[in-house]
Parts: sequence; structure tokens; C-alpha cells
Amino acid sequence: MAGNSEYAIEMLNITKRFPGIIANDNVTVQLKKGEIHALLGENGAGKSTLMSVLFGLYQAEEGIIKKDGVEVKINNPNDANDLGIGMVHQHFKLVQCFSVLDNIILGDETTKHGILQKDEARKKVMALSDKYGLKVDPDAKIEDITVGMQQRTEILKMLYRDNEILIFDEPTAVLTPAEIDELMEIMKNLAKEGKSILFISHKLAEIMAVADRCSVLRRGKYIGTVNIADTNQDELSRMMVGRDVQLVATKEDKEPGKVILHVENMTVPSKLHHNNAVKNVSFDVREGEIVCIAGIDGNGQTELVYGLSGLENCTSGKITLSGKDITHASIRERSTSGMSHIPEDRHKHGLVMDYSLAYNLVLQRYFEPEFSTKAGFLKKGAINSYADKLIEQYDIRSSQGAATIARSMSGGNQQKAIIAREIDKNPDLLIAVQPTRGLDVGAIEYIHKQLIAQRDAGHAVLLVSLELEEVMSISDRILVMYEGELVGEFNPKTTTPEELGLYMAGAKRKEIGA
Amino acid sequence: MGKKSSEGFLSKPAVQSTLAALLCIVIGLLVGYVALLIINPAGATEAIITILKNYFTYPTKAAAMKYLGNTLVKAAPLLMCALSIQFCYQAGLFNIGAAGQYVAGAGAALFCALQLKMPWIICLLAALIAGGIFGIIVGLLKSYLNVNEVISGIMLNWIGLYTVNMLLSGVKETASPYTVQVASVNKGAILPSLGMEKLFSNNKYVTIAIPLAILIAILLKVILSMTVFGYEIKATGIAKDAAKYSGMKEKRNVIITLFIGGALAGLGAAFLFLTGYEQWSVTQSSVPGMGFNGIAATFLGGLDPIGTIFASYFIQHITSGGSYLDKNIYPSQISDFISAIIIYLCGFVLFFKIQLNGWLRARDERAKQPPIVQSKKEEGGNK
Repeated sequence: MAGNSEYAIEMLNITKRFPGIIANDNVTVQLKKGEIHALLGENGAGKSTLMSVLFGLYQAEEGIIKKDGVEVKINNPNDANDLGIGMVHQHFKLVQCFSVLDNIILGDETTKHGILQKDEARKKVMALSDKYGLKVDPDAKIEDITVGMQQRTEILKMLYRDNEILIFDEPTAVLTPAEIDELMEIMKNLAKEGKSILFISHKLAEIMAVADRCSVLRRGKYIGTVNIADTNQDELSRMMVGRDVQLVATKEDKEPGKVILHVENMTVPSKLHHNNAVKNVSFDVREGEIVCIAGIDGNGQTELVYGLSGLENCTSGKITLSGKDITHASIRERSTSGMSHIPEDRHKHGLVMDYSLAYNLVLQRYFEPEFSTKAGFLKKGAINSYADKLIEQYDIRSSQGAATIARSMSGGNQQKAIIAREIDKNPDLLIAVQPTRGLDVGAIEYIHKQLIAQRDAGHAVLLVSLELEEVMSISDRILVMYEGELVGEFNPKTTTPEELGLYMAGAKRKEIGA
Repeated sequence: MGKKSSEGFLSKPAVQSTLAALLCIVIGLLVGYVALLIINPAGATEAIITILKNYFTYPTKAAAMKYLGNTLVKAAPLLMCALSIQFCYQAGLFNIGAAGQYVAGAGAALFCALQLKMPWIICLLAALIAGGIFGIIVGLLKSYLNVNEVISGIMLNWIGLYTVNMLLSGVKETASPYTVQVASVNKGAILPSLGMEKLFSNNKYVTIAIPLAILIAILLKVILSMTVFGYEIKATGIAKDAAKYSGMKEKRNVIITLFIGGALAGLGAAFLFLTGYEQWSVTQSSVPGMGFNGIAATFLGGLDPIGTIFASYFIQHITSGGSYLDKNIYPSQISDFISAIIIYLCGFVLFFKIQLNGWLRARDERAKQPPIVQSKKEEGGNK
């Protein structure tokens, strides 16, 4: 009787409370055998908590978990492992200096008299690799291989342990479009072979493309489960956010004004190799326009922004901001001259994670007379009331208001805090690098509105994005970057994602004038 | 209501640090007691009491006060070294070079006092600058060449030691390896006492060094928690990249931090040697332990300047207490042993806090669940 259940795993009426918040409120998710079941929800909706309960990291106060129809207790991750539950984490858990094979067998090594038996393991790994189309080089070191291959290593790790229930935690956040397609294929293959997959995501298109069913959480509550065949993106996003969301940003036509940022023949060296990451790049950004740098990750966009913001020195070229030469200016000077920068890595650069929200909100302004006395003392009262103002105005949600430690906030609200801080400086130029990365639909909509509002207020906006959809929907002008060079300039109204794709992949290029 | 405030009380970081430190001390003393039992069970209880009593072993109040004075005299430099390590730790730097900065300070202070016959204020400044320069060297190496501050600090400790030994050979007593008595050569170099010695039964070693060290601790607390400089230092320490992103000069901050750290340790040395309490031995071949003991004091003090005042006193208290043990039975190092156990347990402070917070949270959760409706009613009533 036990083995005949239709479901591989059932989480029934799970309730998990944290101080001041109910992270999961009577949530039920039933994973059928051999299906791909998406778990959809905004940041902070309770997806991670639910998976932590399934993985034995947290104990639910109420509710039960059943495997094959039989109630089970999962007290720690080892229990989960014994039940055949495996997880690919959003941030991979791999040993960088070990080979792919070593990483796969790590913790589950076959030994004979204490000596590793790698040949057997290799055979098993290669067989799995062939069976599911998971191409890996077993002898390559993790630090040398692409993110996509690292992810395949993680998947092989689960398969090597004969896990039947596979959890993918936002697996596409780190992948390029081509790698995403590949992953979708792999997931379908796995399901076909009888594996049951829980796919955590907030990307609607991917869920539509790959999942059989989808369960939606919103603010800890279970909203419902729908068959993907019977639904559409609009319905899903409504379930997730609780209201209608504009998936495509709208903006009025606007004639750009005078040049704010002028870049001439800029060259920036690379930290990774001896070549230049940015080669002889020239472009302008004007008042009232959003210029977007499109391209596949790792084509010099990061270094371009480092060069502009002063985090890295350019070896040649000239940068002018509102008519002022800032080529050799310090980071602080650039900031006070009217440049705001929403950084690519919000944890590393954007926030001092162990500082309070209030302290983070003045990170670019704490030295101004408004927030510090001449004698060098911080005006805590002024800092707190300014923080309260921004929290209110930009709807930054946190458990303890201005005193909340940044680390404890959700990703979306951390990003909102950075955006509030950078926009409230009233900059002439706003540089935003992948501002919506890893965020949910509601937060993306919000951020797009803020960027467009900056443009409409007559400020210049430089957006660096890897998401073609975003590039097409909010930019006024698109520059494509390939191997450190700008290889084409496009008007989003007259170009297509396919055309951009050709330039992004280096298949075509044209000369552009600064 | 009373229960609620006690919950709030327990979840305060300062209270938690204090509790954790006290727990470390208790466990450290217990382990020390066990060690005494192993060495000689008969006198162990008496010995541990002797260590704890320190100057209270003297029957008269006057004598006890006098020797309390001695403990304080040695606690002041220890506190300074602890503050040096702590200040750098806030900026993410482990200033193990405090020991060498202390040595440099000692060398500069004694050289100015004995060779150059300078007044005490100049000697203090010289110690401050010498320690600061030792700090700056580490800072420059760290900022511009990314040399680990622990490595360069330890190397400088030895360079400092032998340089100072050479420097002070000219002012040593002819018959011994010790430097000449400051009081006998240059009275003006002895730190003023402002009459404080009277409180301590005319203990001539009690000087302004003691209140100064405490004032400096309070000053550092103010700098770290209330000033722009403290904001930058801590940001640099917690998140170097974010500090750079926001335009802080993180390299400059590292150098300044290590200068201040070095200056504090250097001053600490002057606070001891300019009282005349100790003389420098120019043949010593190990770096004085003061800088290293500072590590213990700063961690036991929960990495807080105010907590460190008490921690420094405590460590010095048991160290001085250890000297009253019967040397025929017990090595006086037993106090060092106990301090070492306590340092080891300092890692436990963090563990203790996590456990305590987990326990508090679990209790909150249990307490909250049934009366959720009730608490809502209360809120409604208030409105």
C-alpha cells in the first residue's frame, strides 16, 4: 500500500513560525512521481523556509511530511538524504580546487582498505552523464569550468547518490540564455526517467516552459496549485503578487537632452587575464535617456562600470561627466559630482551587510554636513529620520525598520535600499548594473518604474543588463558589448532580440560613432 | 511585565557578553583548580583562593591597598595593549604586532628618559610615535603590498626587541642587564601621580597612567560608536569592498588604524616603564608577553573597550595573585595557565551567545503562540 501513493513527497499543512512572522502558514505541496513541480513566489514568500523544512534544517510546528504515502520525520539533512532528497543550491556547494569527479564523490566515496576507488566512481558518473545528457569533464577543476558545468556537477552529485527527489533552487539565476535552455532539457530528461523535481523559481517563462504543475506561495500563505497546461503567465503572476503586474514597462517618448556622460577611447585592464577587459570604448549618455549595455556575461561590462565608477583605473581614454573631466577622479569625487551607481554585486559592494539599514542608507552621504558635525561626530538623529523617510518613500520592508541589520533583509528589499540611496542623491547619471538580478516580478516592476522615472526627470541612465527582455522593454538606445568592445548600436523599436543575439554572440558587428 | 523586561535584558548584547565572559572565567578557574589538584592536592584549594585573593591576602587594609596599586599599575599597560588589538580588530586587522609596538614604545620612552633626560611628556610622545611607526610599517605593507598583518607584525616584534636591546645597552646598570632606575637618573621622566599615591598607601608607582588608560578606553568607545571615523573604520573592517565602493579611502584607513593601534601599545609601554615599576633587561630574548596578553583581555572583554577595562584588570589580578603561591609547590605560571584556558574559552563566548539567543527565541515562540489573539487585543486597547 505504502509504495502505491501517487505522490513522491507530500508536505501537508506545514506551518513554520519565526519570531514576529509566520514563514509558512498552512502550506501544502504535493509532488507527483515523475513530474516537474514548480514552486513560485516572491522573495520572502516562504519558498526557502519550506524547502529547509523538507531538508530537515527547520522543524515545522504543524503539519506532516509523507514520502510515498508514509509519514516520515526529517530531523536533519542526513535524514533527507536517506530518503533520496537532493538539492542543487542557488549558490553551489563545490570545492573550487577539486576536480569535477572528486566533487561528485565527496562525502560518498567508495573505498577499499581506506584507499579511494575512483575508477568505479568514474564509470558510474560517466554512465549518468551519458544517460541524462549532462556533459562534464570529470578531470577539470571546478575553478576552471563554466557556471553551467558547475551546475551539471551539482546535478550529477544528486544522481550519484541515487536521489529520487531533486530540488532545484533558482537554478537559472546564474546561467546564460543558452545554458538555461540546456538545463530545461536536462530537467525534462530527468523527469522522463522517473525523477521527481521541485523547481523553485520566480521566472514565469521558465515555469511555463518546463513545469507540469505549479504551487504558488504569497507572504507565507499557500495560494494554490495549478496545471501549467491550463494557465498562463498573467494568471501566475497575479497569484504570486496578488494583483495585476505590468510585465512590460511603458514609457513616453522623450527627446534626449545634452550629453551627461561622455566616454572616449576608454581601456580597462582585466583582473583575470593579461588582455584588456574593455578595449577602446567610446559612447555618450544624454539627459533623459536610458542607454543599455547588452551582452553576454563576461564580455567586459563589469570592468566598463568599474572604470566609470572609479573602482578600477582605466589605462587610457577620457571620461567626462556633465562637462567635468573625471578620468582621474576618486570614487568619492565621482559620487559627489553627480554619479550614482547601483552595483552588480549588492552584497559585496552595495551594502555593509552587518550595518543597520539606516547606516547603509547614508553610505554615500554620511560625511555630508546633514549627517555629521564638523568635529566628525555622526548625527544619529538626522541619519535615523532620513532613513525613516527613505523607508517610507521607497517602501523598503524590514523587520525592525531603520535598525534592521542589512544582512537579515530579503534580497528585494536590500536592492530597494540601494536604489533608494542612489536615487535620492538626485544624480545626473545613474549607472545600474543588473539591478533586477535575482528579484521577483513585483520588485522588477518597481525597479523599472524607478529607472524610467529617473529618465523622465531628465537624468541620464546607463543600464547594464544580461536580460534581453529587460533591455528591449526599458531602454531608449542599446549598445551591444562583445569581448570588451562595443559592436553595435540599436534602437529598441526597430531591432529584434534575434538581431541583438547575433551581435552579442560575436557573429556580426558594425562600427559605431561616439 | 517583569518577565518581559528580563527577556529584553538577557537579549542585550552587552549583557550576553558579560555573562559569557563570566562563564569563561568560572570554567577557566575550575580547570586551573583541577591542574592545581593534579600538582599537589593538599594545597590546591588554598592556592586557588590565594590566586583569587591577590592583594587581599594582606591582613591590613593599607597593605592591601598598596598591592592593589601594583596590580593596577600593571593592568594599565595591559589595557592599552588590549585596546590596540581591539581597535585594529574593528577594522578587520589582527594586530599581533602589538607586542612589538609595545617594545618599540618601551625603547623610545626609556631612551628619551635615560639617555636624553627628557621630561615625562616628551617620553610619552616618543613612545606613542615609536609604537605608531611600527604600526604604520605594518599598515603600509598591508595596504600597498597586501602583506598579511600577522606575518609582518610577528617579524617586527623581533626586529623591535633586538633594536631596543641595542638602543638601551648604553643606559644599563654596570653590574646587571637591567636599565638604570628612571627615578634615580631623571626624576622628571617619572609620570606624575597627582597625589593618587595617597589612596594606595603611598604606592609610588601609582600614576596618572591608570586613569589615562581608562579615559583612552572610553575615548575609543566614543570614536568607534559615534564618529564618522569610527563609521568608516568599522565599514572597512566588515566590508572592504563596500567601503571602497562608497569612496572611503580604505588603504588610508588601514594605515591610520594601525598607526593608532601601534600608538596605543607604545603608550602602554610608557605607562609601565615611566612609573619605574619595571626595568628593561637588555639581554632578554623573548618579546614581552604584555602585547599577547592583550589579545586575551580584548576577547574576554567581548571586543568592547569598556568590557576590556574590566577584563584587563581581571587578568592582571589573577596574574599578580599567582605570584603569591608557594613557589616550592606550585609554579607561578599557573595564573598564565588559567588566563590561557580563559583565552581558549573566548571562542566559547560566541558559541554561548548563539546558544542563548536560540534558547531565548525558542522561549519567545512558545510564549507567543497561544496568546496571539490576546496580544492583538492589548494593542487595540492601547489605541
